[in-house]
Amino acid sequence: MMCVLILAAAAGAVAAFLILRIWVVLRSRDFTPRESLSILVVAGSGGHTTEILRLLGSLSNAYSPRHYVIADADEMSANKINSFELDRADRDPNNMYTKYYIHRIPRSREVRQSWPSTVFTTLHSMWLSFPLIHQVKPDLVLCNGPGTCVPICVSALLLGILGIKKVIIVYVESVCRVETLSLSGKILFHLSDYFIVQWPALKEKYPKSVYLGRIV
Amino acid sequence: MKCVFVTVGTTSFDDLIACVSAPDSLQKIESLGYNRLILQIGRGTVVPEPFSTESFTLDVYRYKDSLKEDIGKADLVISHAGAGSCLEALEKGKPLVVVINEKLMNNHQLELAKQLHKEGHLFYCTCSTLPGLLQSMDLSTLKCYPPGQPEKFSAFLDKVVGLQK
Repeated sequence: MMCVLILAAAAGAVAAFLILRIWVVLRSRDFTPRESLSILVVAGSGGHTTEILRLLGSLSNAYSPRHYVIADADEMSANKINSFELDRADRDPNNMYTKYYIHRIPRSREVRQSWPSTVFTTLHSMWLSFPLIHQVKPDLVLCNGPGTCVPICVSALLLGILGIKKVIIVYVESVCRVETLSLSGKILFHLSDYFIVQWPALKEKYPKSVYLGRIV
Repeated sequence: MKCVFVTVGTTSFDDLIACVSAPDSLQKIESLGYNRLILQIGRGTVVPEPFSTESFTLDVYRYKDSLKEDIGKADLVISHAGAGSCLEALEKGKPLVVVINEKLMNNHQLELAKQLHKEGHLFYCTCSTLPGLLQSMDLSTLKCYPPGQPEKFSAFLDKVVGLQK
């Protein structure tokens, strides 16, 4: 009996500590001025990639190096990223910061996959995401909703919880979402540092989000 | 040479390809003054046979690295509701018909198409209502689409991450 109580108390303490840690990590705003920062971009597939590249197109070369995560076998996204980076390098031949890397991880959800099996594939991607995030240790994670971004952002948060590095997580909800958040959005609304929506109806429903107008 | 470009994006949309390549649809498209139809069919299993006659050409392909060129030369774009294709067509100032895929899980794509339709930038329909819409729509009623402002995003981000100019 005593044993169970002690175990329960210990579990409770660990849970409380974790929650406190998550709260601290999410609340901490790192305002140290800097000249450049490494960025990890989660490019999903198809439309998600197009959208995120539009956002990246507006960012200066201070966001360097750029790491891209794509679903493996998503050659279309890989091609789009390569031509985006080539174009960028062309426009600025003297540019010192043209470094970019493409990383591949399995998709966490195929378009028609059922929800229960999604849980398992997501856990599996989590298992693969953390080593990647740990290796890259980006200053900033930018994503816009493909399933892959949940394990990536959770891994980024975990770096903070473990005290390894505070990673800034920026989530931009896809322009497709006019009135409701995507599933990734609903989860990452609570886990991101800045959550950006592109339509006024969403800003009304989620007052803590950031609304800058249509940005893609 | 007036051209219709149909795009289904990365995945597939067999119903749309089947509907638009049916003989009566082809006839309708030709009767509206178009003489070329290009189908981007993704990984679909409906693969219409390309043909070329004196008055009409049908081209079919699965993917290209960029759809820019085909969107650019089209006089009408018929697209799935994916944001990428829709925005690309609208930004090029192309008349756009979005066809909703009713078989997709949580059909959230409807939201964007509905909103942009409400703002008068495009027409939208389902596969079954596409032939009727092609017949009745008046492309001159579409409003031009103002570009998005990614520079607002970069300004915001520079500020919150503490980037020094």
